Amino acid sequence: MNIAAPLPPTESPAEAPRTGRARNALELQNASVVFGSGDMAVTALAPTNLKLPDGDFLALVGPSGCGKSTILRLVSNLIKPSEGVVLVGGREAAAKQLRIGMAFQNPTMLPWLTIEQNVMMPLKIVPPFKARFRAERKGEFRDRVHQLLAQVGLTDFAGHYPWQLSGGMLQRSNLCRALIHEPDLLLLDEPFGALDQFTREELWQTLQDLYLDRKPTVLLVTHDLREAGFLANRICVMSARPGRIISDETVNIPQPRDIDMIYSPEFVEMTQGLRELIAQVRK
Amino acid sequence: MTEKNRIRMMSFSLLFGFFLMWEVLCVLLNVSDLVLPRPSEILVTLWVKFPILLPHIIQTLYSTLTGFVLGVGIGVALGVIVGTSKVAYAVAYPLLVGFSSIPKVAVVPIFVLWFGSGTTPAILTAMVICVFPIVVNIATGLAATEPDLEDVLKTLGASKSEILWNVGLPRTMPYFFAALKVAITLSFVGAVLSETVASNRGIGNVMMTASSNFQVSLVFAGLIILALLGVALYALFSVLERRVTGWATRGNDLSIT
Repeated sequence: MNIAAPLPPTESPAEAPRTGRARNALELQNASVVFGSGDMAVTALAPTNLKLPDGDFLALVGPSGCGKSTILRLVSNLIKPSEGVVLVGGREAAAKQLRIGMAFQNPTMLPWLTIEQNVMMPLKIVPPFKARFRAERKGEFRDRVHQLLAQVGLTDFAGHYPWQLSGGMLQRSNLCRALIHEPDLLLLDEPFGALDQFTREELWQTLQDLYLDRKPTVLLVTHDLREAGFLANRICVMSARPGRIISDETVNIPQPRDIDMIYSPEFVEMTQGLRELIAQVRK
Repeated sequence: MTEKNRIRMMSFSLLFGFFLMWEVLCVLLNVSDLVLPRPSEILVTLWVKFPILLPHIIQTLYSTLTGFVLGVGIGVALGVIVGTSKVAYAVAYPLLVGFSSIPKVAVVPIFVLWFGSGTTPAILTAMVICVFPIVVNIATGLAATEPDLEDVLKTLGASKSEILWNVGLPRTMPYFFAALKVAITLSFVGAVLSETVASNRGIGNVMMTASSNFQVSLVFAGLIILALLGVALYALFSVLERRVTGWATRGNDLSIT
């Protein structure tokens, strides 16, 4: 798969200047999430502190049901913390401060729209693109969507409906939808789960290039330790429910990284260390 | 394709067979045309009286469609309110159910009392009778929208109305069209009902007058006209439905995997 040129710059006068970037794109202060109340209360996330400096790429790993996705939902303002504070771009109530792009675990394409229309949806909602949507949806915006779809090998499927695509194709469109509006904060919830090994590795490369090109802040939730090690600057390991962060390590491998690197002794050693850590907390 | 044609053939045969049976049984059993006229007689009456019937057909169509359009407008507005707000859903539902339980025949005299006989009560009856299925379906559709789909827009910071326009309403279209098909036939019932009771125009009135003059074949001609109009409008909405909500029925011939 070819890695296409970066997206066209967006400095046209109609667009407002970017939101001022805070030093910490994201900060959790003692944030916890409890569903239900009384005897039925389930703690999804134990009080958690987490700082994510601007431009960082953090991978969250841990056993199933440990609250990884809960953190993503907190950050994207889909749920509110039961206690504590969630700051995005230095303030509470996320999406107004920073442009957020989110790829959900399930692709959740809107079934009545074509892939092209689905991927274009953020441009219809998020300022400053919103203002030019009517004028550009058949012009510049469509070109952008097609360029992005080409990067993940979906050029021929722009006009298809979601139910006509395979699970892997949907996940790739999902990734495109998270990226189309050039988010400052990218939230990825196991975005490569349903893909075969080769497509997955290709998309790792694509994502790495996109990251290095624009340096958004990225929070990646994944089960795949090699994925975490290959992409992230920093890896946090979470314990089993109620989840909390038990290990926070920096990945000291210079970027861009080559895919062959994942077979190097030091990389294998790192992932095995993580693996043992998770194996312990699963019990 | 052949499968489709076979079904069409069978459907046509059933229709034709039904009328043929009717004709044959009337002849064999020597049924008086004061009780049950033969289909051939009805057709002849229809043909001969058509010029006189046409203004009445137009009148009934006008009342039905005006009432229907008003009813759909009000129904959609109420449905959106009830479907988007949990409080409104809980508060308004008992009233709506109570309202819909009233036999609509019972409201005709009230409309006549308020507006006199004629077109107005027919329009209002047609309207009132089709509001409820629309409200219920729109509200159900909105309430049943998958939270996952709404989350996609919420993470982008979309406002409530943006979510409604881009997710809620498109998602509700299949429910809406199901309700439209029910509502259009109900509107006919409402308009004709009101015409029978209090009007000197419209198919309902024609049938009423014809029956008191023992013009039984004219009564049946009115029935046939109503059935044809109903089928035509139902078909119109079915075609519209297929065009708008094709994603929900997804024809197999389009799939690639």
